Amino acid sequence: MTAVEDRSTEAPEREIGKARRRKEDARLITGRTTWTDNMVLPGMLHLSVVRSPVAHAKIASIDVSAAQQSPGVVAVYTGRDLAEEQGSIPCAWPVTPDMVNPGHPSVAVEEVNHVGEAVAVIVARSKVAAADAIELVDVDYDLLPPVLDMEEAVAEGAQLTHDHLESNTSYHFVFDAGEAGTGADTDQAFADADVVVSRRFVNQRLIPAFMEPRSVVVQPQGDNFTMWSATQIPHVLRVMLAMVTGVPEHKLRIIAPDVGGGFGGKLQVNPEEVIALLVARRLGKPVKWTETRSESLMTAHHGRDQIQYVDIASDREGNVKALRVRLLADMGAYLRLITPGVPALGAFMFPAIYKFPAYRFECDGVFTNKVPTDAYRGAGRPEATFAIERAMDELAVELGMDALELRRKNWIRAEEFPFTTVAGLEYDSGDYETATQQALELIGYDELREEQRRRRESNDPVQLGIGFSTFTEMCGLAPSRVLGSLSYGAGGWESASIRMLPTGKVEVVTGSTPHGQGHETAWSQLVADSLGVPFEDVEVLHGDTSVAPKGMDTYGSRSLVVGGTAVVKAADKVIAKARKVAAHLLEASEDDLEFENGRFSVRGTPGTGMGIQEIALAVFAAHNYPEDVEPSIDAEATFDPVNFSFPHGTHICAMEVDTETGMVKIRKYASVDDVGTIVNPLIVEGQMHGGLAQGIAQALYEEAVYDADGNLTTGTFVDYLVPSAADLPHFDTGNTVHPAPGNPIGAKGVGEAGCIASTPAVVNAALDAVRHLGVRDIRMPLTPERVWRALYEGGDGGDRATAGTNAYGGASTETTAGVSTDASSLGGDR
Amino acid sequence: MTRINVRVDGVTYDDDVEPRTLLVHYLREQLGKVGTVVGCDTSNCGACTVHLDGAAVKSCTVLAVQADDGEVTTIEGLAQDGSLHPMQKAFHEMHGLQCGFCTPGMIMASVDLLRENPDPSETEVREGIEGNLCRCTGYQNIVRAVQQAAGEMRGGARAPSGDGHVSPAEVDTAAAPHVAGAQS
Ligand code: FES
Ligand code: FES
Repeated sequence: MTAVEDRSTEAPEREIGKARRRKEDARLITGRTTWTDNMVLPGMLHLSVVRSPVAHAKIASIDVSAAQQSPGVVAVYTGRDLAEEQGSIPCAWPVTPDMVNPGHPSVAVEEVNHVGEAVAVIVARSKVAAADAIELVDVDYDLLPPVLDMEEAVAEGAQLTHDHLESNTSYHFVFDAGEAGTGADTDQAFADADVVVSRRFVNQRLIPAFMEPRSVVVQPQGDNFTMWSATQIPHVLRVMLAMVTGVPEHKLRIIAPDVGGGFGGKLQVNPEEVIALLVARRLGKPVKWTETRSESLMTAHHGRDQIQYVDIASDREGNVKALRVRLLADMGAYLRLITPGVPALGAFMFPAIYKFPAYRFECDGVFTNKVPTDAYRGAGRPEATFAIERAMDELAVELGMDALELRRKNWIRAEEFPFTTVAGLEYDSGDYETATQQALELIGYDELREEQRRRRESNDPVQLGIGFSTFTEMCGLAPSRVLGSLSYGAGGWESASIRMLPTGKVEVVTGSTPHGQGHETAWSQLVADSLGVPFEDVEVLHGDTSVAPKGMDTYGSRSLVVGGTAVVKAADKVIAKARKVAAHLLEASEDDLEFENGRFSVRGTPGTGMGIQEIALAVFAAHNYPEDVEPSIDAEATFDPVNFSFPHGTHICAMEVDTETGMVKIRKYASVDDVGTIVNPLIVEGQMHGGLAQGIAQALYEEAVYDADGNLTTGTFVDYLVPSAADLPHFDTGNTVHPAPGNPIGAKGVGEAGCIASTPAVVNAALDAVRHLGVRDIRMPLTPERVWRALYEGGDGGDRATAGTNAYGGASTETTAGVSTDASSLGGDR
Repeated sequence: MTRINVRVDGVTYDDDVEPRTLLVHYLREQLGKVGTVVGCDTSNCGACTVHLDGAAVKSCTVLAVQADDGEVTTIEGLAQDGSLHPMQKAFHEMHGLQCGFCTPGMIMASVDLLRENPDPSETEVREGIEGNLCRCTGYQNIVRAVQQAAGEMRGGARAPSGDGHVSPAEVDTAAAPHVAGAQS
């Protein structure tokens, strides 16, 4: 075993880049987990929520007397009971100074504005008793007409979502490159252009559908409160709950234990979190609320939901000249944490990787009587990527050019980085050509094109199409100053600290709160390399505001880029502090010390030295340390990047379309992504797979459908089609690596890439298969029904989103009244 | 209340349950077997999958009283004598989980799948676990994990012992051959 003997002299293998199996797994594969719903406390009471069955109504009266008499029921509260203390669910992103925010009570007081809105809360001894009492609460509603269609909602004389407001428009947000000085005059550029293509795209409403339902437990201890919540954002939640409820921040501790996925869906201050805190405060007893899946799909925030009007201009040779985007973005009934900011975050990404000389973006945030939208994996950027990548294909068709050739002609070349775009962003690094070449090889492009030709010539009922998405995104949210300039209510820094324990073990405290990403593993790898300690000696602590007091949490592909960098910077400080102690103990000058593989040694004096783990013990004993320092080598760091990072990649989808049945099937999917330096290839690959699944699901399966009365008809997993293993293809994924210059790790962020990039590649592929048959658009998701209609009836497959569900081809659901209205008969497949 | 007698993860329980109590609620709330989780209310997600008398069931579709005189194995009882089941090991090795919420059900369903088909193709795995939803992984690494476990349980090249059980300590050193840059 010479390897063992040599160990002290040989450099240990670098951890960064290694496919470490995850530390997190041990508890997750054995069921030794700490989901919030697992929590049982002595005397704990259970909450259930009475929810509105109607989309829009005044609450005429609520009779809770029968519920109060129900066995085991301790209390029943209506919105009126809580009105004084519940405040409003906070909105941290007023995108314009005159943005209209109607206010969002956790429990409705005067009126309900979407199906599923809370109208009363039952507190009972058991979960069953709380659930049983729901139907005993008698609510009288004076119905109002629901506002459901965005285009109608912004028309003259439209019904109002909130009758105390003047219109259904929350805000009008504009970015104009000409006015901002980052581009030419857009109107002029359109007037001068040879070719203009205009399209209306629908980016449908989706549901994040994290697998662990939301759950919250609150334990009061005197005037202190501990809240466990299935949240992505314990730190943000603490600040917000303190502001909303008046419970002082220092009396509030939030713990996110094991959290079962979020995808932006748990980036929220939930009404039920506020309710649980208020009830625990009133009763002085621990309380728990855990949602059912139906409640989750109906009331947890949704995502996407934009109507996009895109104009793109070019010359005859295919040089793009201008881009104009107008959005209607559905806010739903209320503004939650970053509801209005989602489309604004996308505003800067529509020009994507292309060198548009002119760009104008306008967005109306529109209220409707639906559950609010907010962050969902990508948040604004998938919508932007979809629009531009679809529009580039449309332009290519108009010009009679190859879709890839058009992209290549206009994209930023590798030697042009860093590149400031027409939207004013400085793209950091990358090479679109190389990623594209690799993706073409990975998918076997030439063969597929050949097969496509054969199928076309033989009039095969199954046609083949190939679709591209050459995308970039802005990640690593985010530079605090930039967020400030966009009117976001907080910064985007991240905090970390490192505690060197006496035995040499290392505790890393991170403000990034994971919910499946693998921070414990990746951060251990970072610290193992920085400090030269074994991977196994590092423990990562997170998700508890008492343990990790400062943080901005996990979203926007920011954890490694911002939170990981904070960890690396904290490690640098540990080394700097340890260097002083080492110099003292080794009786050498600091300048003569080298730090390598976890040891300080005196330059030119082999055999001398001291390990950083030994120094940890020395400062613990503190018998002998320099005069001018504290006896500690622990350190803390806060990192605030100066720029975003810009992962990019080329995604290619090969799609079979059965022209007789409308069935689509992904034949092959290949992607080559540049996410900067890869710390753990296993985790990076996993993030890509998961993102691809969700992006493909938007293209093919998922849609939150409301009927003509405002009922969510996709309120269970029977109807909301989260894909199973059998619904998804094998993914061929690869990477190029251009380290991000903006952080010492070189990471760009990977959590959202697959989800942002894949959707347009899939739709472009389907269209490429059937364009020669006269189809020029198909509305997402590409159900067989829609594809068939697009083929045989023209149009984009039909406006079927108002009634019926995908699961039954739209045929089985009437409006709640059982009467077919004009709007409901529009939809469905009858 | 109805009296039931049921063996769960090797322990016998004699309990009164409400007739309407679902097996999953009995497991979680009365026995504290919180390793098994609830992900939906329409029997679609499979997060609650356990073995009842040796076969996988969604424990949200079974009444506790139906498990009377039965033998239940949950994710908590799958590892034996401190050594992981090959399926648990393979999920770890192949990165077949992220948040891990679907994992207990996914592992229990996959073990049952191999009982019926010890050597499934990729398509057979995908169809075999169709009743279990995962929102995180995109399934590809789950498929790999199931196939890896299948190989090991059939006595494949690297099977360390007859039944494929390995100690948790062995797990970290196994390679994930599909990942570029994978090292032991
Ligand atoms: S909880 Fe049993 S199938 Fe979803
Ligand atoms: S690992 Fe999160 S749902 Fe499967």
